[in-house]
Amino acid sequence: MMNNSPSERGKQLPARAPGEKSISYRELLFREMIAIEILAVVLVCLALVWNAPLEQLADPLHTANPAKAPWYFTGLQELLHYFPPFVAGVILPTLIVLALIVVPFFNVNIKDQTLWDRNKSQRLMSLAIIAVALTVLLLHAGAWDATIPVLTISALMALAASWAGRPVGRFQNWLSGKPLSFWIMTWFLMEAVILTTVGALFRGPGWVWVWPWRNS
Amino acid sequence: MEKVERKDADGAIRNPLTALARWGAELKHMSRDRVREPQLGFRHTWYLGALTLGTFTIQLSTGLLLMLYYHPSIPQAYADMKNLQFVVSSGFFLRNLHRWSAQAMVLLVFIHMAKVFYRGAFRPPRELNWVVGSTLLLLTLLLSYTGYLLPWDQTSYWGVTVGSSIMASVPVLGEKLRFVLLGGNTVNANALLRFYVLHAVILPLSVIALIGIHMWRLHQDGGMYSPDSEESEKSEQP
Repeated sequence: MMNNSPSERGKQLPARAPGEKSISYRELLFREMIAIEILAVVLVCLALVWNAPLEQLADPLHTANPAKAPWYFTGLQELLHYFPPFVAGVILPTLIVLALIVVPFFNVNIKDQTLWDRNKSQRLMSLAIIAVALTVLLLHAGAWDATIPVLTISALMALAASWAGRPVGRFQNWLSGKPLSFWIMTWFLMEAVILTTVGALFRGPGWVWVWPWRNS
Repeated sequence: MEKVERKDADGAIRNPLTALARWGAELKHMSRDRVREPQLGFRHTWYLGALTLGTFTIQLSTGLLLMLYYHPSIPQAYADMKNLQFVVSSGFFLRNLHRWSAQAMVLLVFIHMAKVFYRGAFRPPRELNWVVGSTLLLLTLLLSYTGYLLPWDQTSYWGVTVGSSIMASVPVLGEKLRFVLLGGNTVNANALLRFYVLHAVILPLSVIALIGIHMWRLHQDGGMYSPDSEESEKSEQP
């Protein structure tokens, strides 16, 4: 009798190519152990030659300038520089967490459909409106660094749309076949990387722009 | 003679030895999962899940040893950092390894999330495991953030002050939430103790429990995701 519950469906091994072997999970675990060992050796070497930072004893009367959050939060801190705390510190992180959690519960993400296979002109118009609105909003707030991913991803999406359905190169075909979820995630990751890098390396006292090599 | 498992009316196994044997059998069953040849390679997953687990194991072992030398009080916490650096044998190494491994864990868990997304491995039946993984990402950030305060130096003090003032900007509940987290209105000795308990007890135990669920779901949902399996499933449908 067939069991079609999601878990049972997942348990079926994918079809094998002719001559391809099905291998015990232990072989994979063995390889993963070797990868962990290599990482451990790298970290041990790093710990032997590079000291973890330790500044002066905490002094509540002497404010550190700039008071920087850990590097993984400097992207949010960069946004805090441009937007009110409630927007950059509460609304945006909550939206990001919610968006991450609901990813697998939306059909548009699961179906993985190419964005440009239907209603191309309508979708291009929507993309243009969203890109312009977002850029104006960000520039109005002064967040010029946050506009870089918006402009880059919009330009790539427009290029992908122009390549769709035409015989072009392998990379162009690959890019034009991507679904909406791919573009949103890539935009989000690009924002995260750029804002984090700017916040962590390019901000000095008073949160003004500082070149990292002139920091010391 | 056939063995009969003793179960109560609600079906639960009350004998701890039987429960332990069942766990053993389940683990053995998990190790019998099979994978296809291409899934073995580094390219498929970059072994990111395993590498993240590796850094977490380093964190647990170095963290346990650091607890032997650390007092969550002011100004002793800072003095303990200095002692680790200059007095305790290999103390600098322990602290450095804990610090760099923590950074690696945060980075790896982010890349793991991105890689799982781009491979499409979040799709049903693996949606619950995606949610568990997202929660683990948040807990990793919290673990790292609570550890940030413990050295009690200028960076940690003001870094956490910035973070807690963001929390206070939540309407209505913000100030109260900050008071609960810090044990006061500012970052002080109570905050240090609370962050220590969160960092050394509550968060690691939660992460261990969730990693257990993450691995169990991985097994239950059919082991490692392979895009080919989805293709073959699609082609079988009329």
